[in-house]
Amino acid sequence: MLETIWFSIWGVAWAVYFMLDGFDLGMGTLYPFLTRTDTEKRIFINAIGPFWDGNEVWLITAGGVTFAAFPLAYATMFSGLYTPLMMLLFALILRGVAFEFRGKVDSVGWRKVWDFCIVFGSFVPALLLGVAFANLFAGIPVDKEGINHGNLLTLLNPYGLVGGVFFVVMFLHHGALWLVAKTRDTLQIRAAQAASKLWVVTLLVAVAFLVHTWFATRLWQNLLTRPVFLALPLLAVVGLVASRVFLLKGRFWPAWGASSLFIVMATLFGVAGMFPNIIASSLDPAASVTAFNAASSPLTLKIMLGVVLVFLPVVIAYQTWVYVHFSDPVTEKSLSEGPSY
Amino acid sequence: MDTLLLSRLQFAVTTWFHYLFVPLTLGLSFLVAILETAYVRTGDEEYKTATKFFGKLFLINFAIGIVTGITLEFQFGTNWSQYSKFVGDIFGSLLAVEATVAFFLESTFIGVWFFGWKKLSPKLHCGAIWIVAIASNISAFWIIVANAWMQHPVGYVMRNGRAELADFFAVITQKFAILEYVHTVGGAWLLGGFFVLGISAWHIARGSHVSIFRKSFKVAAIWTLVFCVFEMFQGHLNAEILGTAQPTKLAAMESHWNTANDVPMYLIAWPDEKNETNAIEALPIPGLMSFLVHYNPHGQVQGLKAVPKQDRPPVLATFLSFRLMVALGILLFWVALWAFWKRKEIEGQPLLLKILPWMIPVPYLANQIGWTLAEVGRQPWIVYGLMRTEHGVSKIDAVQVASSLGAFFLVYSLLGAVDFYLIWTYARKGPLPETLPTTSNTGKA
Repeated sequence: MLETIWFSIWGVAWAVYFMLDGFDLGMGTLYPFLTRTDTEKRIFINAIGPFWDGNEVWLITAGGVTFAAFPLAYATMFSGLYTPLMMLLFALILRGVAFEFRGKVDSVGWRKVWDFCIVFGSFVPALLLGVAFANLFAGIPVDKEGINHGNLLTLLNPYGLVGGVFFVVMFLHHGALWLVAKTRDTLQIRAAQAASKLWVVTLLVAVAFLVHTWFATRLWQNLLTRPVFLALPLLAVVGLVASRVFLLKGRFWPAWGASSLFIVMATLFGVAGMFPNIIASSLDPAASVTAFNAASSPLTLKIMLGVVLVFLPVVIAYQTWVYVHFSDPVTEKSLSEGPSY
Repeated sequence: MDTLLLSRLQFAVTTWFHYLFVPLTLGLSFLVAILETAYVRTGDEEYKTATKFFGKLFLINFAIGIVTGITLEFQFGTNWSQYSKFVGDIFGSLLAVEATVAFFLESTFIGVWFFGWKKLSPKLHCGAIWIVAIASNISAFWIIVANAWMQHPVGYVMRNGRAELADFFAVITQKFAILEYVHTVGGAWLLGGFFVLGISAWHIARGSHVSIFRKSFKVAAIWTLVFCVFEMFQGHLNAEILGTAQPTKLAAMESHWNTANDVPMYLIAWPDEKNETNAIEALPIPGLMSFLVHYNPHGQVQGLKAVPKQDRPPVLATFLSFRLMVALGILLFWVALWAFWKRKEIEGQPLLLKILPWMIPVPYLANQIGWTLAEVGRQPWIVYGLMRTEHGVSKIDAVQVASSLGAFFLVYSLLGAVDFYLIWTYARKGPLPETLPTTSNTGKA
């Protein structure tokens, strides 16, 4: 029971991370293509200014939850995916400092360097996370010692790549919707046009991914044994459709909210479909790392459950406060008036 | 080179680099918070200018401290997976608590503070930087508790081939952890103090914004002296607990080979590891080492030879880092005392003003070698007495580790250079014109 609860918390932590960092990774990949002047770029960057750092902590938390609740899964996953994780790390490091450094020296060349770091550092994590999760859905060649017999190229199999593309377009769409809600005038129109196009692409890739999932993984079969969980993919579809409807009606925050629902439900669909596997072995089902064989001791799981139940609601409360408090649009005027990147 | 050596090197490099930025975050956050509190309480705009000035330097430093911290969390899994399996039940939970309880708080409110100057009331805005300061230091607490558990494991049982939690309370309240925490933040806080003193002195010496930097100087002078004194006396307790918790580390710190009573401390010594003795021993203070461990000059102190060679840490590195840390600590104390003494007439102290900027690297060095001592002195154990370092490493291909280590060297040197260049530039530039008070005289004195 404790293991199942922690498996759920693990899945939710990833889902929230994708929902939150998703839009700022998407924005980070998208903004050079939607802007012409430096001021426009700064408006887009500042649109995620007060949020991205707190969002990224959800990744640390998802990693921490894996380590604390399923040490064996943490050890197997992180050592098995060594190279992609290091690439993810370098991308996030460059991106994180780029926001702070970009405006600190008044030179076009300087800003170009950091713009590149933001784009690289946003696109690569989106792609790698998608590739990694698709491979986790499908299984990776780990043996009973927890050693991965594949390499970076084994991860870049067709299903892994579709997963990567799916995450990228999902985040791009999510980021575009965020920019629609957070900007005004020309930039808002440009972002809305991008969101509109990206919606179509996201829909097509999502369908391709779901169909491919049927053939490449056991997710669907696993879910069909507990049909109530079919609500997850259904809600994901509702979210994706609703984001389109809200955008057309000009209700921009609900459109972003619907896209959030889509991301959360799509993630939970995958996670629920994996249960109880955390790392399915493609070599030998008996070598799979599961919520049960990887779990920490009951005492640790209980104490950590207490910590999470007390503190995560507090975290959610103050992060929500920040989102509400800083929800007003970023404009050229607001940039010149207040502190900004 | 093999995976073990490369992984150790990578962990050392990434930890050193991370710890170039962490102490300033821990210390400067409080000083910025104090300056902003002074502004909110007195309404004196010069405090606001000082807050914004040091706040900007704080942010440049903070960004790189945060992102390089992620590296360390990841590395336990990527490079030390055997270790992670073995200790995850305890160590992993402490890291997860850190993220949930503290890291969220500091990362969220740093954004609130930076972007909130206009959006929040002055009191609420000041509250945001206090939250950042306190949360950063709480964050450090959980990290140190995790490290202290590697140094001195308590509250566990060996079950299912791993260390499992038996008593959470014992883990987070053990004396070793509390002492290690207090010593670590003490060192970080005095570093923050020297940072503000040095930069303020630089500007005062050049007559730039004197009345603003006098204020930050005064605050920092008091703060720095308090924590220099604190650190010296408190540091003694850390050495004392090693006598029972890690006697081998203590013996290596003092290059003390034979278990004996009435052990003196040699002011000058040089270890000779090969012959298990000291090449040089001079100027003994009789019974001092026995006294420091037992408060009794005749007490028995365990020597290095009490444990087999393969269970001893590298003696020279441990010995030197301890000596150097203590020497730098004493130097810092005298300079802090001097700055405190002259804080009210600082403009008339050209020598002190010249020295202080040069002192900024000193606490950095002291902090780095303090950690080096703690970690090198723990060897050959990754968890003291429970797991040897070579048994903790991942079973992965050395080429992968060599590549990532190379990438860390490259990326970190570039980022480090850029970051210090920016801090240097903005520190010398002084307060930006738009942050200056409109009424008071802040020009050249």
